[in-house]
Amino acid sequence: MLAYIGRRLGIVLLILFGSSFIVYNLEAYSGDPLAELRVSSAKNKEFLMQQLTKQLELNVPPPIRYFHWLQGVLGIFTGHADLGKTRDGLYVANEIAAAIPITIRLVLGATVLAILLGITVGVITAIRQYSRLDYTMTFVSFLMFSLPIFWVAVLLKQYMAIEFNNFLGNGNITGPWILGASIIAGIILAGFISGSRKRVLIVFAIGAAGTAVLLTLANVTHWILKPGIGIVGVGLLSIGIAIGMTSIIAGIDNRKVLFASLTVALAAIVLYFPVMALWSAKGMNVLLFVAPTLGLIVIAVIAALVFVKVDRGAAIRTTVLTAVFAGFFLLIEKLYKVWGVYIQADGINLRPIPTIGEISVRLSVHNFWIDLMDALVHVMLPTIALTLISFAGYVRYSRASLLEVMNMDYIRTARAKGLSERVVIVRHALRNAMIPLTTLMAFDFAGVIGGAIITESVFNWHGMGTLFRAAISNQDLNLLMGVFAITSFMAVMANLVADLLYSALDPRIRVGK
Amino acid sequence: MATKKKSAVEATTEANENAIALHETEGLSQGQIIRRRFFRHKPAVISLIALVFITLFVYSASGIHLGTAKHPITIPGWWPHSMTEIQDSVFCKGSIGCPGIAHPFGQDPIGHDYFALVMRGAEQSIMVMLVVGFIGGLLGTVIGAVSGYFRGWVDAVLMRFTDFIITIPSIIIGAVIGFKFGNLGVVALAVYLGFFSWTGLARLVRGEFLTLREREFVDAARVAGASNVRIIFKHILPNAMGVIIVSVTLMLAGAILLETALSYIGFGVQSPDVSLGTLISNYQDSFTISPWLFYWPGVLIISIALCVNFIGDGLRDAFDPRQRRRISRKDLLRATFAKRK
Repeated sequence: MLAYIGRRLGIVLLILFGSSFIVYNLEAYSGDPLAELRVSSAKNKEFLMQQLTKQLELNVPPPIRYFHWLQGVLGIFTGHADLGKTRDGLYVANEIAAAIPITIRLVLGATVLAILLGITVGVITAIRQYSRLDYTMTFVSFLMFSLPIFWVAVLLKQYMAIEFNNFLGNGNITGPWILGASIIAGIILAGFISGSRKRVLIVFAIGAAGTAVLLTLANVTHWILKPGIGIVGVGLLSIGIAIGMTSIIAGIDNRKVLFASLTVALAAIVLYFPVMALWSAKGMNVLLFVAPTLGLIVIAVIAALVFVKVDRGAAIRTTVLTAVFAGFFLLIEKLYKVWGVYIQADGINLRPIPTIGEISVRLSVHNFWIDLMDALVHVMLPTIALTLISFAGYVRYSRASLLEVMNMDYIRTARAKGLSERVVIVRHALRNAMIPLTTLMAFDFAGVIGGAIITESVFNWHGMGTLFRAAISNQDLNLLMGVFAITSFMAVMANLVADLLYSALDPRIRVGK
Repeated sequence: MATKKKSAVEATTEANENAIALHETEGLSQGQIIRRRFFRHKPAVISLIALVFITLFVYSASGIHLGTAKHPITIPGWWPHSMTEIQDSVFCKGSIGCPGIAHPFGQDPIGHDYFALVMRGAEQSIMVMLVVGFIGGLLGTVIGAVSGYFRGWVDAVLMRFTDFIITIPSIIIGAVIGFKFGNLGVVALAVYLGFFSWTGLARLVRGEFLTLREREFVDAARVAGASNVRIIFKHILPNAMGVIIVSVTLMLAGAILLETALSYIGFGVQSPDVSLGTLISNYQDSFTISPWLFYWPGVLIISIALCVNFIGDGLRDAFDPRQRRRISRKDLLRATFAKRK
C-alpha cells in the first residue's frame, strides 16, 4: 500500500512537472509582457522596458526560465518555497495566501450544499422512479446543467438583491406575491406526493392555503423585519427532525431510538434560554459559537447509549444527526434575532442583500454576530448561483447510481428475506450507491481552492479566480504559474485521494496490484 | 396468503413485460432497435427537432462566415441588417431601441440591430460546439482506442499524456488559448479548445476497449486473419459507439457553455466580433432599462445546451441495453389479453 502511494506520488510529480512546463511555455511564447510599454508614450520607456526585462528575466529563453521558476518552487522541500514576484513586485505566495481564504468562503458552502441537496433529491427521485417528481426533477436538473452561471447571477442580483431590498423598504408582502408563493409551495408539496389525482389536489390545496396563511401572518406581525421562531418553533422543529431521523435511519417502530432522539430534542428546548444568553454575552468567540451543538452531540451519544442496547451504531447516528439539526435551529433563531439589528444598522439601512463584494465596508457596528451576518448575506447570492450549477450533477449521478444498485441481486435477496423497504434502501442500497460519488466529491473539493473564475468575476470577489484573470490579462507569468501550481496540485491529489477512498470503500477494488 | 397472491400477480406482470420487450426487438437489427428506442424518448426527439430548427434558423438568418478578418468568406443570410450597420434608434416607452417590427430583438444603445448580433453570436456558439465536438470526439476516440487495444507501453505513454492534459483545468487552458488566439476567429479558438477537451472521452473509450478486446468475437476475428486496424474499426468500435456518442453529446453542451463563459470574462471571442457570452457581458448592467439585450443571448445559450443535453439523455437510454422502457398499463393489458387469446 505504501509502495503504491509512493509510486503514485512519483507519477503525480512527473505529471505536474510536465503540465507546468507546457503551461509556462504556452503562456510565455504566446504573450509579450512588454507589449503595453512598447506602444506607450512615456519618456523613460526604454528604461522601464529594461527594468521589467531584468525583473522578469525576459532575456532568458522561456524553457530555461522555467527551470529558474521551478528551482524556487522546489524550495518547498527545504522550507524556502519561492513562487517569484508579480509584475508589480509583490510576492506571489502572499497574494495567493490572501486569496485562498476568500475563495474557500465562496466555494465551500456551495459545494457542501450542492452535495447534500443533490444527493437527497437524487435518492428521492430514484426511489420514485418515473413519478411526476422524477420527471420534474429530471427536467430541472437538465435546465441547471444548461444554465450559464453569469446569466443566472445577473438574474439573482436583480430579483434576490435589488428587488428584495426594495421590498424590505416597505416590508409588506403584497397580494400577488402571496398568491404566487402559495401556488408554488402547493405545487412543490404536491410534487412529492404520489397517488391519485384527488390526493394530489388535496395536498396542493393544504400546501397553498398553509403558505398563504403563514405569509399573511408574517405580514401582520412584521415578521420579515423582526423574524424569529421562538422556543416553540425551535422545539417543534427539533421534535419533527427527531421523529424524521428516527423513521429514516432506525424505523419509527424502534421506540427506544425514538425516545433517545426525542430526549435530544427536549434538551434543545431546555437549553434554549441558556444558549441564547450565552450567545448574547460579551466576548463571543468561535468556541462559544460551536459549544451548544457540541454539547447537544454529547447528550445525544449519552442518550443513545442509555436508551438503546442493540444496534447502537444506528441509534447514535440518529441522535447525533438530530443534535446537529437542533443546534442548527438554535443558530437560525439567533441569526433571526441578529437580522433585525443588522438591517437597521448604519451602512445597511434596510438594504441588506448586496450584489457584489465580500464584506460591507460602510458597516459601522462590529461584533461577532453582526460580522457573521454580514459575511452570510454577502456569500448568499454566489452560493445560490454556484449551488444551482453543481447541484444538477449530483442529482443525476446519485439517481443513476442508486437505480443501478437497486437492480442488483443482493437487493433482491434482501427483499426476499422480508426486510422492510426502508432497511433495503438505507442499509443495503444507499451505501453501495454512494461509493462512485466519492470520485465526484473529491474533484469538487479540489476545485474549491481553484475557485470559481466566472462567479468571482460576476460578484466581484477577490479570490483565486480574480488573481488568475489578472495574471492572464496582464501577462503576469509568475502569478499565473503560482495559481496554476496550486490548482493542478489539488487536482492530481484529488485523483489520488479518490482512488484510495474508492478502494477503501469498495473491497472488490484493490489498489496497488 | 395475501402476499403470495401479490407475488403471483407480479410474476405474470414481469413475464408480460419480458414478452413485450422481446416482441419489440424481434427481427430487428441493433441499429433499428436503437433508433426505435431513441424515437420513443419524447423529450429527446423534441430537442432534436428544436436543435435542427435553431441551427438552420441561425445559419440561414446570419449567413455563413468563414476565414479570418482579413480574408473573410461570407455567404449572406436572409436577414436584411448586418451586425455592423448602425441605424436610427427607435424611441419608445422611456427607453431606446426596444423590440418592434423592424427590429424584433430591439437595438443596442448604439443602434445596431440586435437580432443580427444575437444570430451572429449563436452562429459562433454553434460553430464552436460542432468543431470542439468533432476534434475532441475524434482525438478522444482514437487515443482511447489505441491505448485500450494495444495496452502495454503505448497505453502507459498515452494515459500519462492524458493525465497531463487533465491536470490543466479546462477553463485555465481555455483562457490562455482564448486570450491569445481569440482574435484569429472563432474557428481557430474552437480548434484549440478541441485539442484539450478529449481527455474524458479517451479514458472512457480506453475502458470500453479493455473489456471488449477480451471478448470471443475479437478472438474469432483475429483467428480469421483480420488486421489490427480492421479489428479496431470494424469489430470493436461499433460496440463502443454508445459510450462515444453519449460522451460527445455531453462534450458539445460543455463546449458551448465554456465558449460563452470565456467570452464573458473577455478571454474568448474578441471585439469587434461578438459571441453570446460577450453580448451578455456587455449588456448585463442595462438589465433594468433594456432587459431584452440581456435575455435573448441567454435564452439562446440555454435552449441550445438544453436540447443537446436532452438528446444525450435520449441516446444514453437508447444505447443502454439494460435500460428498460417503462411499460404503460395499456401495453401490459394488451399483452395479457393477447396471451389469453
